[in-house]
Amino acid sequence: MKTGYEKIYERPDTLLSTRMHYCPGCMHAIVHKLIAELIDEMKLQEKTVGVCPVGCSVFAYDYIDIDWQEAAHGRAAALATAIKRMLPDRLVFSYQGDGDLAAIGTAETIHACNRGEQFTFIFINNAIYGMTGGQMAPTTLEGMKTTTSPYGRLAKTAGMPLKMCELVSQFDGVAFAQRVSCNNPANVRRTKKAIQRAFEIQQQGLGTTFVEVVSNCPSNWKCTPEVSLQKVKEEMLPYFPLGVYKEPRS
Amino acid sequence: MLKEMIFSGFGGQGVLSMGKLLAYAAMKEGKEVSWMPSYGPEMRGGTANCMVNISDRQISSPIVTEYDVVVVLNQPSLDKFESRVKKGGTLIWESTTIKNGPTRDDIHVVPLPAIDKATNELKNVKVMNMLVLGALVKLEPVVNRESLITALKDTLPKRYHNLIPLNEEAIEMGMSLVKDN
Amino acid sequence: MGDIKFMKGNEALAEAAIRAGMQGYFGYPITPQSEVVEYLALQEPKHDFVLVQAESEVASINMVYGAAGAGARTMTTTSSPGFSLMQEGMSYIACAELPCVVVNVVRGGPGLGTIQPGQGDYFQAVKGGGHGDYRLIVLAPNSVQEMADHTMLAFDLADQYRNPVLILSDGAIGQIMEKVELPDPVTTKIEKPWASTGKTPDRPRNVITSLYIKPEDMEQKNIELQAKYRKIEASEVRFEEYLLDDAEVVIMAYGVTSRICKKVVDLGREKGVKMGLLRPITLWPFPVERVAQLAAQERVRMFVTAEMNAGQMVEDVRLAANGRKPVYSTGRMGGILPTPEEILDFSLQHMK
Ligand SMILES: Cc1ncc(C[n+]2csc(CCOP(=O)(O)OP(=O)(O)O)c2C)c(N)n1
Ligand code: SF4
Ligand SMILES: [Mg+2]
Repeated sequence: MKTGYEKIYERPDTLLSTRMHYCPGCMHAIVHKLIAELIDEMKLQEKTVGVCPVGCSVFAYDYIDIDWQEAAHGRAAALATAIKRMLPDRLVFSYQGDGDLAAIGTAETIHACNRGEQFTFIFINNAIYGMTGGQMAPTTLEGMKTTTSPYGRLAKTAGMPLKMCELVSQFDGVAFAQRVSCNNPANVRRTKKAIQRAFEIQQQGLGTTFVEVVSNCPSNWKCTPEVSLQKVKEEMLPYFPLGVYKEPRS
Repeated sequence: MLKEMIFSGFGGQGVLSMGKLLAYAAMKEGKEVSWMPSYGPEMRGGTANCMVNISDRQISSPIVTEYDVVVVLNQPSLDKFESRVKKGGTLIWESTTIKNGPTRDDIHVVPLPAIDKATNELKNVKVMNMLVLGALVKLEPVVNRESLITALKDTLPKRYHNLIPLNEEAIEMGMSLVKDN
Repeated sequence: MGDIKFMKGNEALAEAAIRAGMQGYFGYPITPQSEVVEYLALQEPKHDFVLVQAESEVASINMVYGAAGAGARTMTTTSSPGFSLMQEGMSYIACAELPCVVVNVVRGGPGLGTIQPGQGDYFQAVKGGGHGDYRLIVLAPNSVQEMADHTMLAFDLADQYRNPVLILSDGAIGQIMEKVELPDPVTTKIEKPWASTGKTPDRPRNVITSLYIKPEDMEQKNIELQAKYRKIEASEVRFEEYLLDDAEVVIMAYGVTSRICKKVVDLGREKGVKMGLLRPITLWPFPVERVAQLAAQERVRMFVTAEMNAGQMVEDVRLAANGRKPVYSTGRMGGILPTPEEILDFSLQHMK
């Protein structure tokens, strides 16, 4: 039927039409969409196994139409390690928040990276525990108020926020590490490219791939989505600089 | 006497605080009370509720599935809780924003244009919950009006005490908008 | 009258811990208990306890080990999946005989489960949970008031017996707000000469350990632990009774379910059925003797246990009733509270 309109965008096939539970303006939803687009474009649906964390994205399996395993809080990297070792020709990724990947799951994260496990970490760093209602995360910025740091994070007792991209890029096992954000359209495109590179490098078997997305949490940052993007730019990005931290040796 | 009630609406409409205030006021009158909020990701996407029980005796179950009084401030809440009003119970619904009203005829149905009245007459939509509370205690005298005002004084931080007269006005207006049960 | 407040169960527990003289709190957020650490974080500047948000429950419980070993009054709080992670630490703490308070605000399981209230961790709480032969003193509050009272009691029992005390609460009791009369702050400090605080010339070194590499030593340690457990069984059983004097049907329940069962008893009596409630307050030690006494009475026809699980405490009731009377189990799973009517119908059916 001719409508006079040209279709320039549609929902990726692997992105299910289920209504997402994410709060308005939350970047989890954008990253889900990017993953689904890539799975479509790279024709990976039959080859991919994802691992969900415990965090706001615990229901990712309701939104992206691929096989998934749901891990215990913090254990996604252990599951992903084993899935990839059992099914070496599949594409395996874990999708984890900062509490999951960098607090309770730090040991699994570090050791998977050190062993050079051939899967992709997609790390959503929103500097807070979203799911449980806004407690301090390992990546919460200094001075930032959360329900467990009501007077602001104190570096003296809580340490400085963990810089995971910098940290994991130290390991020989890690082939690729990049920090991105989705705070504007250009950065959304970069995020997609970064995840695509990570998937490709995984397929080449070069080592662990790690994409950190500097994200937001309007609900627990107690601000509008718009203000949250401003905060990403003005507060998060100066401390968590974007860029490629590790590339495969050519 | 045991009244089992639920208050439900969007987060930000003050449903949790109106339930808390009512429970607190009843406690001050020497009654047994319980207040139980919905919690967890269920609240994401907006809808929050709290169950309030007021009784002369120890409250047996803080969580119940059928209510004597249901107060709903948005459409999803009405859709969810209309069927859970006990036969003969009371359903108060916010009639400015809820488009599809209740359909049951075996309960006492009370439409209340609380958002409209609070916005246009009281010039502050934030006291909409107090207006609803006023209507509620007129229909179901679980606590008296004075206890509500005292409760406000006890629970509001000092810096907001200048708002007490407005809250009082909202309670009055709510009471005047409904007839006795 | 003391200090009367309208508080959440989790907040009352946190406030009571401060008043009990808690010196160190270590915890990791999890619904439905996060209000404990959030409340403590707000109060921290006004008091002199130490609060650390740990990186996991594994770390929390081992911080508790360290703090308790250093002689401090210490506590951690969590909910079901977190308590599972703590089991290794619980076993070490029990063997090293370290006094501490651990709180599990139970949600529905197994697995990641639901965040709604549950009682599925009963076995884990009263039968050990970790490896080896050990026991926790287990308290089961059923109101906001008891969240506060049991916290005070838990710190005292822990110190008295040098044993971990578990408060087994549930999401309903943790989240609900009720009236609570707050206990007076504790001012006395208990001497802990066994703690690792720095060796002075007047005493041998204090070593906090659970390692007994020689089987003879390990057996001896076990004998001592068991002797302590017998002592606790003899002196610390606590329970509440409601209309049991002439009861033909004995309902048994703990935590939030016990409140529902009080109503069951009332409803049953309205129908002319003589019902009564036996509510264990300590789940370990269990009121074995009281159950046995009731089972031996001719007028008692049967026991009905109501739990928010597939039937766990029922096994302890059956052991105690020892075949003398039938013991039936009812309840709901998955984070759903049974209604009084459900429990009553179930009981009436089994009377036929
Ligand atoms: C063993 C265990 N401890 C704690 C929790 C509670 N919990 C659920 S999600 C979460 C943190 C979520 O934060 P993050 O990983 O940053 O994800 P976000 O929600 O911010 O995306 C916690 C502590 C749990 N489910 N299991
Ligand atoms: S709580 Fe935060 S992280 Fe979770 S869905 Fe809402 S905005 Fe996103
Ligand atoms: Mg996070």
